Amino acid sequence: MFYREAGDFNTSYKQDNQTFPIKFDRWRYYAVLAVAFGVVPFFINDYWANAVFVPFLIYTIAAIGLNILTGYCGQLSLGTGGFMAVGAYAVYKLMTAFPDVSIVIHVILAGGITAAVGVLFGLPSLRIKGFYLAVATLAAQFFLVWLFNRVPWFYNYSASGQISAPERTVVGVAVTGANTEAWAKYMISLVFVVACAWLARNLTRGTIGRKWMAIRDMDIAAEIIGVNPLTAKLSAFAVSSFFVGISGALFFSVYLGAVEVGEAFGIQKSFLVLFMIIIGGLGSIFGSFAGAAFLVLLPVLLKNTLVGGFGWATDLAAHFELVIVGGLIISFLIMEPHGLAQLWRVAKEKLRLWPFPH
Amino acid sequence: MKRLAALTVAAVMAAAPAMAELVFPSLSYRTGPYAANGIPFADGYADYFTLVNERDGGIGGIKTRIVECETGYNTEKGVECYESTKGEGALIYQPLSTGITYQLIPKVTADGIPLHSMGYGRTSASNGKVFKWVFNYPTNYWNGASIMIKYILGQEGGDIKGKKIALVYHNSAYGKEPIRTLQELSKKHGFELSLLPVDHPGQEQKSQWLQIRREKPDYVLMWGWGVMNQVAIQEAANIRFPMDKFIGIWWSGSENDVLPVGAKADGYKALNMNLPGSDFPIYADLKKYVFDKGMAAGAGDQAGTVLYNRGLYAAMLAVEAAKKAQEIHGVAQITPAMMRDGMEALDITAAKMDALGVPNFGPEFSVSCADHGGGGQAVVQQWDAKAGKWNVISDFITPDKSVIDPLIEEDSMAYAKENNIQLRCN
Amino acid sequence: MPDQLLYAMEVTLNGLMAGVLYALVALGFVLIFKASGIFNYAQGVMALFAALTLVGIMEGQVPFANLINAIFGTEIHTFGWQVPAVLAIVLTLLVMILLAWCVQKFVMRHLVNQEPIILFMATIGLAYFLEGLGDLMWGSDIKKLDVGLPQGLNATIDDLTYGWFGYGFFIDNLDIIATVVAAVLVIGLTVFSQYSKQGRALRAVADDHQAALSVGISLNYIWVLVWSIAGFVALVAGIMWGTKSGVQFSLSLIALKALPVLMLGGFTSIPGAIVGGLIIGVGEKLFEFLIGPMVGGATENWFAYVLALLFLVFRPQGLFGEKIIERV
Repeated sequence: MFYREAGDFNTSYKQDNQTFPIKFDRWRYYAVLAVAFGVVPFFINDYWANAVFVPFLIYTIAAIGLNILTGYCGQLSLGTGGFMAVGAYAVYKLMTAFPDVSIVIHVILAGGITAAVGVLFGLPSLRIKGFYLAVATLAAQFFLVWLFNRVPWFYNYSASGQISAPERTVVGVAVTGANTEAWAKYMISLVFVVACAWLARNLTRGTIGRKWMAIRDMDIAAEIIGVNPLTAKLSAFAVSSFFVGISGALFFSVYLGAVEVGEAFGIQKSFLVLFMIIIGGLGSIFGSFAGAAFLVLLPVLLKNTLVGGFGWATDLAAHFELVIVGGLIISFLIMEPHGLAQLWRVAKEKLRLWPFPH
Repeated sequence: MKRLAALTVAAVMAAAPAMAELVFPSLSYRTGPYAANGIPFADGYADYFTLVNERDGGIGGIKTRIVECETGYNTEKGVECYESTKGEGALIYQPLSTGITYQLIPKVTADGIPLHSMGYGRTSASNGKVFKWVFNYPTNYWNGASIMIKYILGQEGGDIKGKKIALVYHNSAYGKEPIRTLQELSKKHGFELSLLPVDHPGQEQKSQWLQIRREKPDYVLMWGWGVMNQVAIQEAANIRFPMDKFIGIWWSGSENDVLPVGAKADGYKALNMNLPGSDFPIYADLKKYVFDKGMAAGAGDQAGTVLYNRGLYAAMLAVEAAKKAQEIHGVAQITPAMMRDGMEALDITAAKMDALGVPNFGPEFSVSCADHGGGGQAVVQQWDAKAGKWNVISDFITPDKSVIDPLIEEDSMAYAKENNIQLRCN
Repeated sequence: MPDQLLYAMEVTLNGLMAGVLYALVALGFVLIFKASGIFNYAQGVMALFAALTLVGIMEGQVPFANLINAIFGTEIHTFGWQVPAVLAIVLTLLVMILLAWCVQKFVMRHLVNQEPIILFMATIGLAYFLEGLGDLMWGSDIKKLDVGLPQGLNATIDDLTYGWFGYGFFIDNLDIIATVVAAVLVIGLTVFSQYSKQGRALRAVADDHQAALSVGISLNYIWVLVWSIAGFVALVAGIMWGTKSGVQFSLSLIALKALPVLMLGGFTSIPGAIVGGLIIGVGEKLFEFLIGPMVGGATENWFAYVLALLFLVFRPQGLFGEKIIERV
C-alpha cells in the first residue's frame, strides 16, 4: 500500500542508479539515520552501549569487510580474527607512539596497515581456490596471533602481555579509555559504520565491485572478458582487510579497552564473523548488518529472557541459548537459504504487491 | 529483533526490586571450555552467601543477594555481565578471568566499584598506591613462582645451583606471568630455567614433553589452564617423569586436573591458597543451613573440592570486608565506596578464621592502603590418587618479597605513568 | 650416532603417531565431503558428543539430569549401574545412527541442491545445537574415559632402541593403538566403498546426485549411512582423544587440528587424510624441534597451516584431491 514505486519517476540516469530507487526506502533510510544520530545518543546508557550497540556496530564493520572478500569476490577467508588483531595492535602502537595525532587518523591508518598485511596473505589466492584457500587465511590467523603474543615490541614490553588503550579524545570528548561516556563510544562507532557502509556500498556497485563479482561467479570467464584476477583479487583482499582492520582497531580501543590477542582475536572470532555474513546474506551490505545483529543481539536477548525473564539457572540458560541459536540457524536456512538479506528482499517484493497480489 | 530485545531488557530492568540488600554479583562460567573449573567455584561462592543469609540473617542484619551472570570465560560476555549487574548496586566484582579483570580495571576505577582478583589478574595491582579500586589478596602469580622456588629450595636442602627447572606454560598473558620472576630468581639462586610454551588449547603437547624427556630437568613447573592441565599431567605420567617433582600453580591443582589421568597422577603437586577438603567446622553449618534445606547452588555435588573451597574462601573474604566496612562507617547498607574501605582495612587472623569455622583455611594476612596484595602466602598440596584427595604437605610459605616487590613497583609505576595516576597513601 | 639425530628420529616417529591422531579426525570430514559435498563443521562437536555419550552410558548417568532436577526439583544423577565398555560403545553407535537419521530427516533433506556454503552453514547450526545439547544431556564437568586402552611409554620399544642406539625412544602405547585402529578403519572403509553394494552406491552419489537418483539409489538412505559412518569415526576419534585428555568441551576443538590435514590431503581422499596427517604431524613436530627453540616455541599451530599452504601452492587441489577441471 505504502511501499510501491508508482508515482516514482526517474528523470535522469543518476536517479535510476541510486542506492534506494524507491522513495519509501529512501525515506526509511533517512529516518533510520536520523534516529541513529539524533535520538539514540540521548537515551543510550552504559549497558546499551557496551553490551548491545557498540559490539553490534563494530562487528558490522568486520562483517562488511569479510562480505566484500567472501560475498562479493568469492574468496573464502578464515583469517578475520588475525586481521582484526593487526588493526588492534597497529592502532595501539600508533596511539602510544604519536599521542598528539587524532585517534580517527590512527584508526584509518590501522586499517591501511591491515590492508597491506591482507594483500600479503592474499597472494596465494591467485593459485588456490575455494575451501582450499581457507588454509592461507588460517595460516595468517594462527601466525599473526602467535606473532603478537611472541614479540614484546607489539605490546610495548608490558609485563602482562596485554594492550590497553589510553584515553584519547575527538573534538575534546573522550572516545577511548575508561572515562568515555556511553554516547561518545556509540557515536564514534556509528560514524565509522556509516562511513564504511557508504564506502562499501559505492565500491561494490562501481567498476571494482563488478570486477569482484565477475571473479566470484567464475574467475576464468572473468579473465577472458578482461578482468585482471591479480588486481581484482588483491584489491578485494586490500579493501576487505582495510575494513576488518578498522573494526579490529575500534574493537580494541573503543569497545574493550584492553585485549589479549589469543583470547580476543582467536580463530573463533574468524568463524563468528564468517557466520554473520552467511546468516546475514553473502554479497549484501544489509546482510552484514542483519548477520551481526543476529549473532550479537540474539544471545543477549535470549540470556535476558531466560535468566532475567524466566529466572532460569544461568548454566541451563546458556546451554539452551546454544541449542536455540543452532536451531534458529538451521530453520532460517531451511526457510531461506540465502540469508536474512534475501528474506528481507522477499518481504519487500511481497510488500510492493500488498494488499493486491494478483 | 532489536526492538524485542529492547522491550525485554526494559522489562527485566523495571522488575528489579529496590529493597534493602547487599548485592554481590557472581561472574561465573558454568559453560564453555573451562566450565569444569567455573562450576565448583561459583557453587562455593553462592553457597557461602546462602549460609550467611540463612544462619546470620545476612551481613549486619541486611540480606545478601547473589546476581549470577554467565560469562563463559569470554571477555565480551564479561563486559555485558559487568554492565548489566553494576546498575543493581554491586558491591564487589570477582571476574574470575584474567582477561575480564584487565577489562574491568579501568572501568571499576571510573565507576568506583572495588574489584577483587584472588590469585589471578594483574599482579602489580597489589600496589594500592596506584590501584585504588583493585585488590588481589591473598596472593598472586609472582608470589606463586617464588613460593615454588622456595619450596624446591627446601626440598633440595637450600642449594639449587646448577639444577634445571622447566616451566611449562599456557602461551598467553596468564602463562607468561611467572617468567620474569623466575628469571630474576634464577639469577639469584643460580638454577637453569628452560621455557616451554604450549599453545591454546593444549591438547597436543608431545613436543614439549619429549623435550623434557631429553633434557631431564630436575623440576617441572606448570602454569596451565583447562584441558592443558590434564594433558600435561597425562604426558608427564607417560614419560615417567617423577610426579613429586612436577608442581602446578593453583589453577592447575584441582580434582578436575588429576582425576581424568587416574592412578598415574599420584604424587603430583600444586600450590593452593586455601585448604582443600570438607574437614572444617563450617561444613557442619553448610550442611545444616544450606545442603539439607536443598538450597545448594548448582548440582550440589562439589562440596569439599579445591575450587569449591576457593569459592567459599572468596565469598568469605568479601563478607568479612563488608562487615569491616559496616564497622568503619557505622551503617548497615554500605555502598561500593564503603566496601572498598572495608577491603583496605581487612585483617584476617588465625583467631578470626577459627571463629568463622575455618581454622587455618587460608593464610593470615592484612591489607593496607599501600598494600592490596596481602602476605602472598600459599601451601603446597599433593594428590593422593588412591584416596582421591589432595593432601597439604607444607605450611603456608612466604614468598621472596625482596625479588617481587621491585618488580611490582616497576610495573605499577609504568601503569601509573601511562594513565596519569596520582599516587595515594603518602 | 649423534644425540641430535637420535632425538630427531624420535620426534619424527612421534610426529607420525600424532599425525595418525589428526587423520582420525580428518577422516570424518572426508567421508561426508565425499558423499555430499558438505564441509561438516560439526565433526569436532560430534566427536565430543559421541565421547560424552559413551562416558554417560558407561557411568549410567541419567541424561538431562540437571534439567530434570531443575524443573521437577528431584535429585537424580545416575541410574546406579555400570555398563561394560564394549556394550556402551555399541549403544553409543546406535545413538550416533539416530543422530545421523535426525540430521538427514530434519536438516539435510530440506537443503538438497543448495550451494556448499549453505550446507556448511547448516552444519554450523548443527554444531551449536549439539554443543548445547551435549552439555544439557551430560553436564559440563570433565569426565574420565577409560575403555581399557593402555597409555604411556611402550617399554619394548624403549628397551629395543636403547639396545640399538643407547637412547630409548619414547612411543606412547595409545598412539600405537591409534595407528592400528586408523589402519583398520582405512582398510575397512576402502573395502566397504570399493566392494560392497552400499559402498558403490555411495560413490555413485558422490559422483553425481541426479544420476544416482535416476538409477534408483535412495539419497536419503545413503546420507543416513554416510552420517552414521562419520558418527562412528567421530566416536573413534572421541575415544582416542578423550582417553588422552578426559572428555570435556575442548575435545570439540580437535577439529582445528584436522583442518590443515584436510587441506593438504584433499577433501575427497581417504588415503589423502592419512598421508596428509602424517606429513603435518612430522612437519610440525620437526619444525618445533629444530626451529622452535630459536623463535620461542609454540609454533605447531601455525606451522601446520604454513606447511599445508606450501604444498597447496604446488598442488592446489590437495595431494590426493580430484583434479579441478574448469570450463567456461
